[in-house]
Amino acid sequence: MSAPSAGPAILVEGLTKSFGEVRALRGIDLTVPRGTVLGVLGPNGAGKTTAVRILTTLLLPDGGRALVEGYDVVRQAAAVRRTIGLSGQSAAIQEELTGRENLEIVGRLYHLSWPDARSRAAELLEQFGLSDAANRAAKTYSGGMQRRLDLAASLVGRPKVLFLDEPTTGLDPRSRLGMWDIIRSLVASGTTLLLTTQYLDEADELANEIAVIDHGQVIALGTSENLKGRVGGDVLEFTVPDRNKVTDAAEAIARIGEGEPHVDKETGVINVGVGGRGSEALVEAVRSLDAAGVQTQGLALRRPSLDDVFLALTGHAAEEDGEPGGGKRRKRRGRRSGGSDAGKAVSS
Amino acid sequence: MTAVAPTAGASVPLMPSGPSLLTRAHWAVTDTLTITRRNLLVWMRVPAYIMFTVIQPVMFVLLFRYVFGGAIQVPGVKGGYVNFLLPGIIGQTAAFATFGTAIALAQELQKGVIDRLKSMPMARSAVLAGRLVADTIRMFVTIVIVVGVGYAVGFRFENGVGLAIAMIVLATVFGLAICCISAYTGLAIGDEESVQAFGLIWLFPLTFLSSAFVPISSMPGWLQAFANNQPVTYVINVMRSMALGGPIAADLWKSIAWLAGIFIVFAPLAVRAYKRAN
Repeated sequence: MSAPSAGPAILVEGLTKSFGEVRALRGIDLTVPRGTVLGVLGPNGAGKTTAVRILTTLLLPDGGRALVEGYDVVRQAAAVRRTIGLSGQSAAIQEELTGRENLEIVGRLYHLSWPDARSRAAELLEQFGLSDAANRAAKTYSGGMQRRLDLAASLVGRPKVLFLDEPTTGLDPRSRLGMWDIIRSLVASGTTLLLTTQYLDEADELANEIAVIDHGQVIALGTSENLKGRVGGDVLEFTVPDRNKVTDAAEAIARIGEGEPHVDKETGVINVGVGGRGSEALVEAVRSLDAAGVQTQGLALRRPSLDDVFLALTGHAAEEDGEPGGGKRRKRRGRRSGGSDAGKAVSS
Repeated sequence: MTAVAPTAGASVPLMPSGPSLLTRAHWAVTDTLTITRRNLLVWMRVPAYIMFTVIQPVMFVLLFRYVFGGAIQVPGVKGGYVNFLLPGIIGQTAAFATFGTAIALAQELQKGVIDRLKSMPMARSAVLAGRLVADTIRMFVTIVIVVGVGYAVGFRFENGVGLAIAMIVLATVFGLAICCISAYTGLAIGDEESVQAFGLIWLFPLTFLSSAFVPISSMPGWLQAFANNQPVTYVINVMRSMALGGPIAADLWKSIAWLAGIFIVFAPLAVRAYKRAN
């Protein structure tokens, strides 16, 4: 962690929140050192947005506490609001107004003088590549441009800590990459960032540290490399085109992998962690599958993705919620290594 | 980055003294004006909103003046039905203008605009206050247009300039009271289409089952009981007396009591709904 004189930008301890019967947050602990990016990763309904809403003073927690730049989000909400920026899941802009007007109004609401609000708006429009569209109504913007405008609006007050709640959800791949570039440049300028996402590659790409959230709990915390390490080295993956042979194939490689193979019966994709024995396992797999009379496509060894991590941690894939069906129910090693202890074990 | 940062887990730092009361009062005013300006800009940019606030009331005037007017008897009203009609149309217009209030707030809620504003260090009162100020200005413009169109189709104030102005002021205050109800429904329901549907359910009966368009004596008895004792009737009766002459005092007190009651109940409800909205 950082030097004691400079506390973390965000400190969350035992945060809980329920909506009626639904326990959205079941005691979350997080620390985000200044100038770093924490990726909060989890499926829909995991509690990501609830956490962001509490940290940005929009929602009161039931228990625990949260500090942003040292200010308590409940008791010092006004001070918190002076240090943060928020860009949510949808573009919170006034579509009827131009990009410039949107930013100028936000500037005025941050109590900048008119000339300052104007120059700040112009500066941000330039920075986000919106200068040419500055005088057009925001409703004429593409989805990517609207999100950039929304992000620009969250930066008008020069926040020390920025919260981005699923900043690329619903964007096409090109806009998504553009957004990543912008986010990287923000971080390079020293802004602390808490980013929620359902996309594993996004967290991998942008975050220094990743907190995996599922059902309102942090189930793992660590760098992307740490988390990938939890899967146990490389992953052997292949597709079985003949769906009738999927079970045979799984049996054939069961002895080779470390832990049970993960089988998707619908797509015929099978993968298994093979630890450090990569190439050796690959050769064994080819022999063993051949002996079982199974034809495969794309048999290969790859570095584990965060998808594998999520699967290893939760027993279900990241982009689905609730009950996983069929082969996805397979448990893998490490699934119940449990709660925040598991997180601490991986971190640092 | 700042000097006040505590170590992790240490006690919460003292809040910097923050802006003074005077500064905050100043901000509350300027933030309200900023939001007002924003809302008026939005209103002027959308043809449908202009249509809703200007064309529709004008169509109502023409429709009742020329289509229904011939069939509606208003014995003893100086200047005939057009004079009877105009105060009623103005009251109805003011009430209907608040549809816009409810819909706009529901939209802002749905789109996350209110979240964004709430996460900013602006005055928390400004979003609602700015909405009410902008919508009152909008309503006032509509009322003036309706009066203008009324004059073109034969309406005349018969009771002097002072009471004519008083009538317009009363209509605006009435609209503002209804605005508080609409703001509350918009924020509490929070879904644009439901808000619209709900608005029809209460605004239509409230305005049409009143003295706005026809003499209440022409309604069936059971309906008269409602129409005679509801606030829209009191307010429109006073407006009519202000415009055309007639007793003002009795219904004016009832109107003031009703409007005050509406403010006292619905303004805090709207504020609470805004605070809770998510």
